[in-house]
Amino acid sequence: MATVKHKILVLSGKGGVGKSTFSAQLSFALAEMDLQVGLLDIDICGPSIPKMLGLEGQDIHQSNLGWSPVYVESNLGVMSIGFMLPNPDDAVIWRGPRKNGLIKQFLKDVDWGEIDYLVVDAPPGTSDEHISIVQYLQATGIDGAIIVTTPQQVSLIDVRKEISFCKKVGVPVLGVVENMSGLRQPLSDLRFVKPSEAGETDATEWALNYIKEKAPELLSLVTCSEVFDSSKGGAEKMCDEMKVPFLGKVPMDPQLCKAAEEGRSCFDDQKCSASAPALKSIVKKLIKID
Amino acid sequence: MENGGDGGGVPENANEHCPGTQSETAGKAEACAGCPNQQICATAPKGPDPDLLAIIERMNTVKHKILVLSGKGGVGKSTFSAQLSFALAEMDYQVGLLDIDICGPSIPKMLGLEGQGIHQSNLGWQPVYVESNLGVMSIGFMLPNQDDAVIWRGPRKNGLIKQFLKDVDWGDIDYLVVDAPPGTSDEHISIVQYLQIAGIDGAIIVTTPQQVSLIDVRKEINFCKKVGVPVLGVVENMSGLRQTISGLRFVKPSESGDIDATEWALNYIKDNAPELLSVVACSEIFDSSKGGAEKMCHEMGVPFLGKVPLIHSFARQLKREDHASLMRSVLQVLQLLKR
Repeated sequence: MATVKHKILVLSGKGGVGKSTFSAQLSFALAEMDLQVGLLDIDICGPSIPKMLGLEGQDIHQSNLGWSPVYVESNLGVMSIGFMLPNPDDAVIWRGPRKNGLIKQFLKDVDWGEIDYLVVDAPPGTSDEHISIVQYLQATGIDGAIIVTTPQQVSLIDVRKEISFCKKVGVPVLGVVENMSGLRQPLSDLRFVKPSEAGETDATEWALNYIKEKAPELLSLVTCSEVFDSSKGGAEKMCDEMKVPFLGKVPMDPQLCKAAEEGRSCFDDQKCSASAPALKSIVKKLIKID
Repeated sequence: MENGGDGGGVPENANEHCPGTQSETAGKAEACAGCPNQQICATAPKGPDPDLLAIIERMNTVKHKILVLSGKGGVGKSTFSAQLSFALAEMDYQVGLLDIDICGPSIPKMLGLEGQGIHQSNLGWQPVYVESNLGVMSIGFMLPNQDDAVIWRGPRKNGLIKQFLKDVDWGDIDYLVVDAPPGTSDEHISIVQYLQIAGIDGAIIVTTPQQVSLIDVRKEINFCKKVGVPVLGVVENMSGLRQTISGLRFVKPSESGDIDATEWALNYIKDNAPELLSVVACSEIFDSSKGGAEKMCHEMGVPFLGKVPLIHSFARQLKREDHASLMRSVLQVLQLLKR
């Protein structure tokens, strides 16, 4: 770890909030700023990182310097148990001690070289993996943790626990990101259906023509839906209450989901117009804090 | 080469002629001298785990046990477990809902039971009753402060799961729905280990449509196959977002930010394009162009139980009608279980 300048943990209380998607996009963003980046995926049961960076099927090479990360770009190296599974459908059914052993090996044997940022993508929760990564890394210094959540109460409950965990083990909370903060889509991207007794009929073509004819000004509008209820104030209010920085909101963006599925950076093209600017501003805040 | 005699369990690093770790002479036989396990074998209790006997006895009054699993987190597993429990209770079954997600227990919140405590009687721990025929147990009820993180390693979590199975007095129930955390780790290995003797009817796996979730579901299905738990089927949740036009918010994007245009847009529609108001807008948030869960089920030879859309107001109120058609398929499967 002597050659690693900054170490950031990406945590979430709850699963499925977009933590790995965020870790991947954060790594892409840092790499685009010409920083040397390492991305370590310690979610042993559900390693999402290889898929999200388009690295499925890749293997780990060993050199006399140690295990070599798999490089997406020349300045972005990745390590995950996903690379060690002969068959991606194999379940990794390990109890705690065995998982801890692997995390230790990742930290001990991977040759990251000289890097500016090591982003560690953890599984959700506060269990073996989290206790271990903090135990092993703390000696060399952890800059802090970013916690990813979605707006609804049931997620925020788990984030509070995650923040308590960080406070308990002495890891600074760099801030909280509220993901899936509403869905933004141009009206023309929607599909329409007409419900009827017999079921539903697709009415997309009809609706778009109808709109073009009768209500063309609608086409310049963007629709917003709040998918997850944030009427109690969402993550921002919770950050205020728990006195941790609020880094920002990222809207739900089907284009971002697609980029994640295809292993692309959301900053590559203009498609992720709903989410990329938000992510960029969060990354900028992070670098300033660090 | 079998050299366990009638003692069962010969570890890989045992001496030749090992009598078996469960044998009466374990650790004490001549052959044990010098074996790395000798000390452990000599001092460890022999015979079946007494806790397992207690679990079997408790589970005698439970007709069917269903695990609700997911490979990935955040797919709506706990929401589904809650809805399933309500649906079964509405059909006048006696239902127990056991939340074994120790780090992130969502069930108390979802059933409006936050702040409840667990009462003990001489029969054991009492579930918290939502309805007279729907009892719930979760570590959530045991935390003095909701914000406290439960930072436990595996063995401690296993201990609590064992206790839930041993000490909770469910009474005579038709269905025990067990809501697991995501993944395939300690909690999953334990719940299968402890419950399997009493018999697990099967597992329902919840997922969302995108590839990154389906990868984890395949692992979950393989876990079930490996440990011998039948897969009752897969549910595809968050299968698109549905909203009425009148439920949408409209904004006009501009240099300085978004300008709310909802009122204007709705009036404009009422004036110029009123037929739009009867139409439902669908968005596919999670890409299912590769076939989603249905195709994966077909490939893996497991039943596909159905899809549940993300409904705009869903997160605010758990509306049972929204789940109705899925629940019908699930209930059909459950009612076909033997006994």
